[in-house]
Amino acid sequence: MSQQQISNPLSRWQRIKQSDLFYYFSRDNVAIVSSMVFLILATLAILSPFIAPFDPYDLRQLDLMDSELPPVWIEGSDPRFLFGTDDQGRDLWSTILYGMRVSLLIGIFAVLFQGTIGITIGLVSGYMGGKVDSILMRIADVQLSFSTLMVAIIVLAIVKSAFDGETYSSWAMVILILVIGLSEWPQIARTVRSSVLAEKEKEYVDAAHVMGFGPARIMFKHILPNCLSPIFVISTVQIANAIITEAALSFLGLGMPVTEPSLGSLISIGKEYLFSGSWWITLIPGLFLIVIVITINLMGDFLRDVYNPKLYKD
Amino acid sequence: MIQFLLKRLLQAMLVMSIISIACFAIQDSLGDPTREMAANSISSEERELLREELGLNDSTIVQFGRFIGRAVQGDLGNSYFFKEPAMTVILKKLPATLELTFAASILIIVISIPLGVFTAIRPRHWFSRLTMAISVIGISIPVFLTAIGLIFIFSVTLGWMPSFGRGETIEIWGYWSSNFFSGDGLLHIIMPAVALSSIMLPLFIRLVRAEMLEVLSTEYVKFARAKGLSSYKVYMKHALKNTMLPVITVGGVQIGIMVAYTILTESVFQWPGMGFMFLEAVNRSDIPLITAYIMFVGFLFVVVNTLVDLLYGVINPMVDLVGGNK
Repeated sequence: MSQQQISNPLSRWQRIKQSDLFYYFSRDNVAIVSSMVFLILATLAILSPFIAPFDPYDLRQLDLMDSELPPVWIEGSDPRFLFGTDDQGRDLWSTILYGMRVSLLIGIFAVLFQGTIGITIGLVSGYMGGKVDSILMRIADVQLSFSTLMVAIIVLAIVKSAFDGETYSSWAMVILILVIGLSEWPQIARTVRSSVLAEKEKEYVDAAHVMGFGPARIMFKHILPNCLSPIFVISTVQIANAIITEAALSFLGLGMPVTEPSLGSLISIGKEYLFSGSWWITLIPGLFLIVIVITINLMGDFLRDVYNPKLYKD
Repeated sequence: MIQFLLKRLLQAMLVMSIISIACFAIQDSLGDPTREMAANSISSEERELLREELGLNDSTIVQFGRFIGRAVQGDLGNSYFFKEPAMTVILKKLPATLELTFAASILIIVISIPLGVFTAIRPRHWFSRLTMAISVIGISIPVFLTAIGLIFIFSVTLGWMPSFGRGETIEIWGYWSSNFFSGDGLLHIIMPAVALSSIMLPLFIRLVRAEMLEVLSTEYVKFARAKGLSSYKVYMKHALKNTMLPVITVGGVQIGIMVAYTILTESVFQWPGMGFMFLEAVNRSDIPLITAYIMFVGFLFVVVNTLVDLLYGVINPMVDLVGGNK
């Protein structure tokens, strides 16, 4: 313990400050702004039960007399409702906060789930090689060629016909995480496999072999830590993709129920009222969705540039 | 080449059989045709008789064999809602979806190639920077939001464009109803096609740009320049031709993927195509129609992907098709 402290006298914060990542980050305005915006939105979403003026899940707080009120900067609005109300008289701002929380949760957990599957399959495929590799990668190819959105739509359509409406609504979040995770794993598996192929030729893997370690230990304890940066990059982009997929599925009525709306289901509710002039029910949640996805994508771009010095940005 | 062809055909058949097993399993566990055929008006003995007649009491293997036999002949069961063979329903909706995809593909080709080439030739020009910035934003906007935004601006606010349906269609060859031969039809297809193409455009611009940049750094382009050819000739005659090769093959697969996005576009614009029909079928729990759609789209994907792979091999002899020892 004491030896470690001598060889590593810097505190964790100092080490972060001296890292390459921090250096590039502090020089990249786009990355700073996008991560700030994302952090603010994420904090708002996490704290939604405490900061939202209303509880959109609580039906007793709703008053149909308040429905379709415009945002405060338009005439005929009510100062209680910052962004106006939706068709059921729910405060749009509170519903957006809760909806962002749902969207982010689904995005992050779907990526954790697909990461677990993808990393395992990618490691096994790259490390084992041969028949195992070609079979696993063929499956990944075939699944990718069907487009992840299509797979997710079809699986959800079947699941929805199999359950009754109420069961489906109460399990919607878990079902969405599982389906999005399952339909997107090939992306991560491919990335992991290609870096495993490069890593396993290196000498430290041979050394581990010689020391008599089993394949599972070599894969997860020796190779995996060296493949983390591409996984990190692709996971960021995949969170954005998962959020878009979730929004698309909810928009089609296959995702989150209207009683516990995500951003996608809110947009879907509002679409009906676009022609009656209540544009805010659709466009304001849409704007939040776009901002979240753009900031995540920009952070992904930044990470890719840092970890891939070969790709210069023009 | 023959070996590759056989391998791809085998894989295509394998994929199709997996899809059909899945569809059969869905139909077997979720769809009870006797309930649809006779409602609740018959006694349980009669229902049992009906089941026997339809072969629903046979073993699963026998039923699956029958399912496949019918599917190969194009019989995928009858839709509960339309009271018609599911295949007929799908084929009626097919022209609308294909025309939408076609119009979107034209837009993609016409816009992405010039923009991609320009951003590759002049990477530091302000217009190139603008294009690349917009394409990052474009990738982050879901297709249904683009569609809603278009409706809000051009239909609700300005009132220039129709917001739903196909408008006036004209029958050609007695079967295919087309949007391309009447002013009203053309007006109706513009916004859905723009929305559908918006999701693929950033991808294609980046693809054309990346390929063009790669080609521009090759020896033969440098040689063409050294020969003293005008830069127009170098770009258009030498570089662009070799850029198109990967664009065609990747593009083929992407246009297949667009079928998934037609579901979203069609649902926003209430475009009476296959995707809209599929969503309605899901809401009505029309199991035969759902499985027929899955089988049909699966078949479409498999055919397109196999063709694209073959095409790739034909136009680029450098590709190692069989994937032997490396």
